[in-house]
Amino acid sequence: MAITTVARAGAMAALAALALTACSTGGTDAPGAAGGDCAPSDGPVELTFTSWLPGIDEAVAIWNDENPDVQVTVQTGPNGNGGTYQNFFNQLEAGNAPDLGQIEFDALPNFRVQDGLENIAACEGIVEAESQFVDWTWSQVTFGEEDAVYAIPQDTGPMALFYRADLFEAAGIEIPETWEDYRAAAAQIREEGGYINNFSQSDINAFAGLVWQTGGEWFTNDGDAWEVSLTGDESLQVAEYWQGMIEDDLVAKYPPWTDEWNAAYNSSEIWTWLSAVWGANTILSGAPDTAGNWAVAPMPQWEAGESAAGNWGGSTTAVLKGSDHPYEAAQFALWLNTDADALTAMNRTAQIYPATVEGADLPVFSEGVEFYGGQKIYEVFAAAGAEVDPDFTWGPTMTQVYNDVADGFSGALSGSGTLMDALESGQASTISALEAASIPVKE
Amino acid sequence: MTATSPRPAKTEKARRVGRDTAHSGIRESAASRTIAMAVMIVATLYFLTPIWWLLVASSKTRSDFTTTAPLWFADFALFDNIAALFDYRNAVFLRWLGNSALYAGVGALLATIIAAMAGYAIAKYSFRGRELLFNIILGGVLVPATALALPLFLLFSQVGATNTIWAVFLPSLVSPFGVYLSRIYAAASVPDEIVEAARIDGAGEVRTFFTVATRLMAPALVTIFLFQFVAIWNNFFLPLIMLRDESLFPVTLGLYVWNTQVSQIPDIRALVIVGSLLSIIPLILTFLGLQRFWQSGLASGGLK
Repeated sequence: MAITTVARAGAMAALAALALTACSTGGTDAPGAAGGDCAPSDGPVELTFTSWLPGIDEAVAIWNDENPDVQVTVQTGPNGNGGTYQNFFNQLEAGNAPDLGQIEFDALPNFRVQDGLENIAACEGIVEAESQFVDWTWSQVTFGEEDAVYAIPQDTGPMALFYRADLFEAAGIEIPETWEDYRAAAAQIREEGGYINNFSQSDINAFAGLVWQTGGEWFTNDGDAWEVSLTGDESLQVAEYWQGMIEDDLVAKYPPWTDEWNAAYNSSEIWTWLSAVWGANTILSGAPDTAGNWAVAPMPQWEAGESAAGNWGGSTTAVLKGSDHPYEAAQFALWLNTDADALTAMNRTAQIYPATVEGADLPVFSEGVEFYGGQKIYEVFAAAGAEVDPDFTWGPTMTQVYNDVADGFSGALSGSGTLMDALESGQASTISALEAASIPVKE
Repeated sequence: MTATSPRPAKTEKARRVGRDTAHSGIRESAASRTIAMAVMIVATLYFLTPIWWLLVASSKTRSDFTTTAPLWFADFALFDNIAALFDYRNAVFLRWLGNSALYAGVGALLATIIAAMAGYAIAKYSFRGRELLFNIILGGVLVPATALALPLFLLFSQVGATNTIWAVFLPSLVSPFGVYLSRIYAAASVPDEIVEAARIDGAGEVRTFFTVATRLMAPALVTIFLFQFVAIWNNFFLPLIMLRDESLFPVTLGLYVWNTQVSQIPDIRALVIVGSLLSIIPLILTFLGLQRFWQSGLASGGLK
């Protein structure tokens, strides 16, 4: 008896999992299928919106005040990979997904492949909104398809170099402008007893940001099949650079986001951090004793005089499949991510950095920041955002990619294998993961 | 242990212990006692250190948290932190504590009653398919609650009851382990003669159960209540899948959600830590209040 009960439960779970992947398609089935029409609903409309941004309800309250006929209810949960994405897939399966959901850029292809997104291109004003957004973000929400818009960009994470201005000055080291300079500075800093950086074994999306800056692409989709290139030239170039730093003991190896990691920054052991705009607050709260000593410079370049930048993080507001009111939902998504009041509210409660061009000019971003010696750090990030390559594409199984590559990276940090090996095995496991989900892959 | 002890120590010990042999029924060597003590002390430290860390960390200001030694106090700011926690987002944390108390308290109480009735019925009435029924329920003990969360979600979706109190509350009322323990305990502690006597005195079956059987089964019922209370309080996966409305969250899910927002708002970490401290207090209180019963319940239930 016990056995059959267990077996039945197991079978149900397996069925549910199967059902979730069974609707996987090549990612380009019938472009514009849902883009035919998008008409306003009659009468008052109620929408649900799931987001994990702290205090998102404040921004939504502004909308609800101004739009009595379209009332939006906020629902919440953990961050995407912490459970909300899985919830979305379960809810899509059960037919009770919210009208709108927050989805990060790197998770969007997964939802597209599993047909979880409404195409809102036909909705009024959506296609025209393209020019309001930072270049690279728009290609992320269209996937390069004709007549297609699957989400509205919300926030971005342009990357730059956070560095300890005081320590660099005291040691007489120039702020590195190229990766070659950066490595030379690393050796000097090591002689001073510090480390220039901490190589993160688990922030694979930050590593992807470095590959992104270099002009590499981990995934491409030609409309028929996905091509995986974790081991592309640029990707290996970045890996070899950092592998060299690791082998010469020029970078620290603390697990990121831990107390010891914070302490290493707080005690001035680590001098720089290659991170995104939101990292400004991470340092501020993790290394309080270093207040006033930090500054921000553009990322080091492979060739002197270039200005390429990477991106780490950022999300979108998507209209999920099955919404009864795609028109109103799309209007709300566009308003939420372009309206100055809404963006200001979201920045105040959740410290997001907007994806719109004008968002960079909000008053909050034009002031100097005390923790960074009064520097107007957001100018650096705004300039970086404009330099992010629009062609970079995320794959449909990023959670798996992150996990597999992180396994290899932590091995490389403890001396077994190299970063290049980690990418090699990540390449292989990603291809088999895509094949297992019946997603066409080009070998 | 004694075999490996050096001889002189053994004889000396034997002499010393000899004096109070009259009091101790079982003789044990100093070495084995020391080792046993050492193992227990290590185990105690192992279990208490995280709680100690939590207490210390909760009492620190945000800047002291990263800059001072993790296992000792700095400036004492526990009450400031608690005030900040209760202040954040209109005291939503208190609401979560209340939800947890409701799900776990009422849920465990009803689950105990249902399990006791089922176990008593299986123990005391003979009917066709009794063993089959019991074995099916016993099989339920083996199915982890997490494995059932997704099927339950799809079922509740069918009736449009996800994201309601019932989505978390109703599944909490089921305790296969409780039925199992009730049956074993009822069979052992409720004599048929007493049930007969109650019937002869004119008590109905329901009255017999509530006035006679439950008293005799009390230790088992407390055990079931405690197990179920802890299980519901710590149940995380079901609410994670079922609930989207912040005001329905139990405290475990709420703290988890906050913890995933730490990269967005690093300051929230202090609230997660002090919130974790507060969230274990009800469990500790419940244990301290009921552990007497639990010990006797486990012993008599388990040895039978």
